[in-house]
Amino acid sequence: MPEHDVLVIGAGLAGQRAALAAAERGVSVGIISKVHPIRSHSNAAQGGINAALAVDDTWESHAFDTVKGSDYLGDQDAIEVMCREAPDELLHLEHIGVTFHRNEKGELGTRAFGGASKARTYYVADITGQAIMHTLYEQLMKYADQIDRYEEWFTTDLAIDDEGHCVGAITRNILDGSTELFRAKSVILASGGNGQIWHPTTNALICTGDGIAMAYRAGATLMDMEMIQYHPTTLAGKGFLITEGARGEGAHLLNAKGERFMETYAPNKMELASRDVVSRAEQTEINEGRGFPDGTVALDITVVPRKRIQEALREIVLVGRDFAGVDITREPIHIKPGNHYTMGGVKTDVWGRTNVPGLYAAGEVACVSVHGGNRLGANSLLDTLIFGRRSGEDGADHAKGRGQGSVPRSALADAEAAVEEIIGRAHDGGRRVSEIKAELGATMDGKVAVFRDEEGIQSALDAVRRLKEEAAGAAIDDRGSVFNQDVLGAIELQNMLEQAEAVCMAALERKESRGAQYRTDYPERNDEEWLKHIDVSRNGGEPEISYSPVTITDWQPEERTY
Amino acid sequence: MASYTLKVRRYQPEAEEDGRRGAYWETFDVELDPTLSVLDGLLQARDGSDGTLSVRCSCRAAICGSCGMKINGQSTLACKTRIGEAAAEAARISGADASGPLISPPAEKELADGDGAPGPGTESAGNEPIVIEPMGNQPVIKDLVTDMESTHWKKFRRVTPWLLPSGPPPEREHIVPPESMVDVTQSVACIQCGACVSACLSMEADPEFIGPAALAKAYRFVGDPRDGQTTERLYDLANDPHGIYDCTHCFACVDVCPKGVAPMNQIMRLRRLAGHDHDIHDVNNGRNHELGFVKIIERKGTLDESLLLQESYAPGVKGKLLPRAASIKGLLQSIPTAIRGIRTGKMRSLPKLIPGVHPKLPGDAQDHVKAIYDRAEESRIQLNLYVIGEGGEEDQAAEAVEPESVSEEPSAT
Repeated sequence: MPEHDVLVIGAGLAGQRAALAAAERGVSVGIISKVHPIRSHSNAAQGGINAALAVDDTWESHAFDTVKGSDYLGDQDAIEVMCREAPDELLHLEHIGVTFHRNEKGELGTRAFGGASKARTYYVADITGQAIMHTLYEQLMKYADQIDRYEEWFTTDLAIDDEGHCVGAITRNILDGSTELFRAKSVILASGGNGQIWHPTTNALICTGDGIAMAYRAGATLMDMEMIQYHPTTLAGKGFLITEGARGEGAHLLNAKGERFMETYAPNKMELASRDVVSRAEQTEINEGRGFPDGTVALDITVVPRKRIQEALREIVLVGRDFAGVDITREPIHIKPGNHYTMGGVKTDVWGRTNVPGLYAAGEVACVSVHGGNRLGANSLLDTLIFGRRSGEDGADHAKGRGQGSVPRSALADAEAAVEEIIGRAHDGGRRVSEIKAELGATMDGKVAVFRDEEGIQSALDAVRRLKEEAAGAAIDDRGSVFNQDVLGAIELQNMLEQAEAVCMAALERKESRGAQYRTDYPERNDEEWLKHIDVSRNGGEPEISYSPVTITDWQPEERTY
Repeated sequence: MASYTLKVRRYQPEAEEDGRRGAYWETFDVELDPTLSVLDGLLQARDGSDGTLSVRCSCRAAICGSCGMKINGQSTLACKTRIGEAAAEAARISGADASGPLISPPAEKELADGDGAPGPGTESAGNEPIVIEPMGNQPVIKDLVTDMESTHWKKFRRVTPWLLPSGPPPEREHIVPPESMVDVTQSVACIQCGACVSACLSMEADPEFIGPAALAKAYRFVGDPRDGQTTERLYDLANDPHGIYDCTHCFACVDVCPKGVAPMNQIMRLRRLAGHDHDIHDVNNGRNHELGFVKIIERKGTLDESLLLQESYAPGVKGKLLPRAASIKGLLQSIPTAIRGIRTGKMRSLPKLIPGVHPKLPGDAQDHVKAIYDRAEESRIQLNLYVIGEGGEEDQAAEAVEPESVSEEPSAT
């Protein structure tokens, strides 16, 4: 039975940052990931990381942009924390080796990004997430004495003691199928978002929100689940991401008539309005017949100088060439809004603490909430690092001076039995896991996307509940122990369906339009009734909705134009 | 939509039934758009018919590095390989197979042993099976899943893969030349997919070779002006018998890398920094061996093998007249290799190895060789795609940066 002071589940940016921060406080750390840490989805963050580091920039300006971007649903105390601490975090990354772009003087250089009043996005070409995550992984190697890595271990559930404290996790070693109960004094969830509930999505196949589902089952409260970001520039069909950095470098959005349509929707910021605004503008153009026949509009990067493209947007040159057959340096590429980011998640305070004692959450799995109704580009890397570090620090402090909790012995046996039940299911003509997942993805993308209404969301909710039943009996093919990905797929599907239900319930509940939630039946923002978070929890039974206040410090809600 | 046949090299470690014990071939018919990827094809097979088919994958966009495998014998990422193009390549190989002695993927030779695989000639040319195998140089765990931990990641850790700054951090950022960050970003772009490890011929001969991915990682720190252990790193990599001089310069890693990292180029830059700039005389005689090639060809235009051993172990007139004990020992130890080379036809026959009888180049060809040398010595072109752009094209940024030529340093072995 492995034991650690702090156990981190998930090894992308938030998880690795949490593990390193905890290790620096002198405690023993275990970090578990269902894929090798280097495969984590933080890799995909292309554009950069925001920080008010320049002498003529202020954290207040960054915070205001974030508050406005969130459509005033972000908690301002948390946003202040994130923006104040951003410059130091960025310098820390530079000091441990991230190869950030430099200006001519050799200092850190920036690029422009959406929704920001200053160019404050720091970057490594368009592989910023990858560059930072690989650097953190290097540091994990450096701290190998203190941090044990469990690479390719799939956590099925959290271990909760009789008093409701989180005291560990139950995890399956993918390599040989053995199950272990990991004991820990603090458990930090850092297992990412749930984009795979939608299809298409920019998210990797691993982004099934397992941590959100696990915490939900363990009694944690979920918040802002209806807030799902659709990124304005994704490839049609496959959902691949074209970085916002392209627009930051000056690329234009054009409809089929060749018009730069953002003039109508955001005359000041144009293509660099916040993502919900740009996605809605695109979808409106497409819905009103001004898009291309394949249901897209065009992103024209040819207006950016070639040398600059090669230097700063090389990855998307490859994406265009390899996945769309388009040379983006020579012709516009067809794009549309696509599922991208989970603003909601496990509700936490500014130290990553959830309502379950001993359980923390950081990064996309969590909802602090710094993103509110809409996340600004290049704030997600920042979120993972700031709240990853803070969770690691507080998790370490929490662990100090405590003994290991006691886990009911049955927990391990129950978890093993649940997995064996899936493996042992007989094929009785029911649907395959992949079919159920495909229907879920299409349903959510059809009904709970850029534009929503009551009828659509309700039909999605009904479908999700039906799919839950079907999934409970879905048989799999692989009966083995070694690298049984089939059974993991079935567990992930259950996790996704639980979250999808919460998403639909919250989307149905919020009868207004704010940020990523645009209700065609309630097209206005309604601060009087809905300037509040929607919480979903499931204390052992059916999901229940409740509300919590939005923290407002310096910035009163006002009309939001770009 | 089009139909494709995937012929997958499978291994189910727990299988007990006949035909599934040990490694075997199985074909899957899939139907998808030709612009979709081989990974999409594999997932269709897995999701639609056989959930036991194991393959690591995640991002589908050539960023996470999970789905390294061999497709038609070539190490690559399955998500980055279009299925239509893979099928065309399979047909091309098969056509070439029938008409001549071109190299075919090893898979084709084992085709005949059945196991559900269709016999040769049963498909039309348009639907030649796409041959899919796990990566090479790594033990197979199950189907297309390999054990990267005991191979790739172990080597990765071998190169001390973290920054070792020379002092305490500055108050703000380190001030460094902007192009130095762009320069190491080529190595930083590595996604650790293992395709280069899979394709590495040196690693096939010497499994202990640190290898292309880990050495590219090493360059990422050696080339970083913020690192304070440059000399120590170079000394370590040069003197390791499985280090930078173990690369045979075959270009396979450059060829297969899905991210343009060009690992071999990074290895050659490590060599130049170690041997030329830091004057490290390694115990493996790697530097001397390399210079042996350079000197002999500068003088004679082609390789005079009779001089190579001496130049490698006891270089120059001084070495020849006053060889050190270690040089003599090295020379003697090389005799069996030389004999094996002659026997197998890799070296020329004995009479031609007598010093002094090596033929000269015709006409003024030797002057051209000399001109190439002069050009190489006066410039140091850095072969870095992040600096010069893909294919070079109209981007002549290369001239703006410190020029260097990779061909300045001929292969070591």
